Amino acid sequence: MAQEYFSKDHEYLRVSGDTATVGITLHAQKELGDVVFVEGPEIGQHFKAGEAVAVVESVKAASEIYSPIDGLILEVNTVLESNPALVNEDAEGAAWFFKLKIIKPDQLTILMSRTDYEKFIAESI
Amino acid sequence: MTHLSNAPLKRTPLYSHHVFAGAKFIPFSGYEMPLHYNSGILEEHKWTRENAGLFDISHMGVAHLLDKNRSYDSVAQALELLVPSEVRSLAPGCQRYTQLTNVNGGILDDLIIARPIDLENEGKLIIVVNASRKDQDFAHISSYLPKNVSLQPQKGYVLLAIQGPASSEVLTYHDTRAKDMPFMSVAMRTIADTQVQVGRSGYTGEDGFEMLVPLSKAGEIWKSLLSDTRVKPVGLGARNCLRLEAGLCLYGHDIDEKTSPIEACLTWSIQKSRRNSGGFLGDQRILSELRNGPFRKRVGIKPAEKILAREGTEISDMYGNHIGHVTSGGFGPSVNGPIAMGYVLTASAKIGTNIMLRIRGRNCPAVITSLPFVHHRYKR
Repeated sequence: MAQEYFSKDHEYLRVSGDTATVGITLHAQKELGDVVFVEGPEIGQHFKAGEAVAVVESVKAASEIYSPIDGLILEVNTVLESNPALVNEDAEGAAWFFKLKIIKPDQLTILMSRTDYEKFIAESI
Repeated sequence: MTHLSNAPLKRTPLYSHHVFAGAKFIPFSGYEMPLHYNSGILEEHKWTRENAGLFDISHMGVAHLLDKNRSYDSVAQALELLVPSEVRSLAPGCQRYTQLTNVNGGILDDLIIARPIDLENEGKLIIVVNASRKDQDFAHISSYLPKNVSLQPQKGYVLLAIQGPASSEVLTYHDTRAKDMPFMSVAMRTIADTQVQVGRSGYTGEDGFEMLVPLSKAGEIWKSLLSDTRVKPVGLGARNCLRLEAGLCLYGHDIDEKTSPIEACLTWSIQKSRRNSGGFLGDQRILSELRNGPFRKRVGIKPAEKILAREGTEISDMYGNHIGHVTSGGFGPSVNGPIAMGYVLTASAKIGTNIMLRIRGRNCPAVITSLPFVHHRYKR
């Protein structure tokens, strides 16, 4: 069973072994509105926590997706390039952005659980 | 576009109706305006192109220009000093798009001027200006008026727009004479039992109407128009992509105090007599650009990939020379792809010219395209 983590930038990480599947939350896609463009990273790229990894553009604006932890890109969801609207339809399912190899597992401890994330959203409204 | 000062945001008289319709609000020119409603920008955009969208545009500035002796000619003469378009030749029951220019030929604002058809309004012009510019515009105009002509800002009205192919039938249900109004005409029509100044015009490229409704009846008319199943409320988000697809300028972005109407490719709005004789603020530059061509020009831009080019994106030619920048850009829902407008050096402005857009550190290929991106469907 994968473990879920959430960042303050509204990304989720689904961790299985040393791999994290990263995407944006249901709440984030709702705030963005209709997504019309996604630009992902390239396999083999290295990112530090807080660095911009991907770009998601809605009809309203462009937003960057930050890497919540240090990692190496293992896989990129290329379906989103041809079907960016999938982010609105299934943000926390089929519309994951990329898979990361976790380098510093300690970094996961500063992220939020789903319960904490839901509390965080409720407080920020 | 955004709200910069600390002044509290104003609400339109229809605020509670927007809340009821599920609006998500944004600050715009000092007003709290609906960005979109429950269905979202894409859906509202498509609905407007296929049915009819209802827009609250009451943040815009409305004023009357009035001669105390009811002489239209003297109103026209006064305004012709401030705009490059011909005002004298505007027939009763017609409206015209024009710009307020400064002494350097830059654009202070773009506006619609309408000449009412009814006799009791003889000697009067209705002017509609942008929300962000209304205070400056009204002060500017007033400072140039002769004693006999006065500018009277109107606060007792709410401006609504209904846009899209079904709008004519929707209004015709209220007043059978609505469908026969030609594009850019104005007339008094009856909507929900209220006399309303209606113009056949808009900011989407679609057939449609703009309505100046009395403040006390605004809510009633809003609800009455929405009770037609062909009509849905549409926010500023869709309004922006509709006008971008239609190749229409947004003040403060595609035109500003440095841009001339010639550079902005608004030459069509300057009638022949005025191109020859001038006689308006900034005529020196504008007439010179008409004779010699402008230094740079507003163009349509189509990125070759799916990447979106937002306002401020740098444009270069294929040799890497900087030639201009994007002034409006985003996703065109009806085009189903990215579109943009911007200014480039005249030598690079020819339709079909290949250019490069600098987006997030990468050169993205694009091509200069004719405007509009989506054909206008005005009632001619």
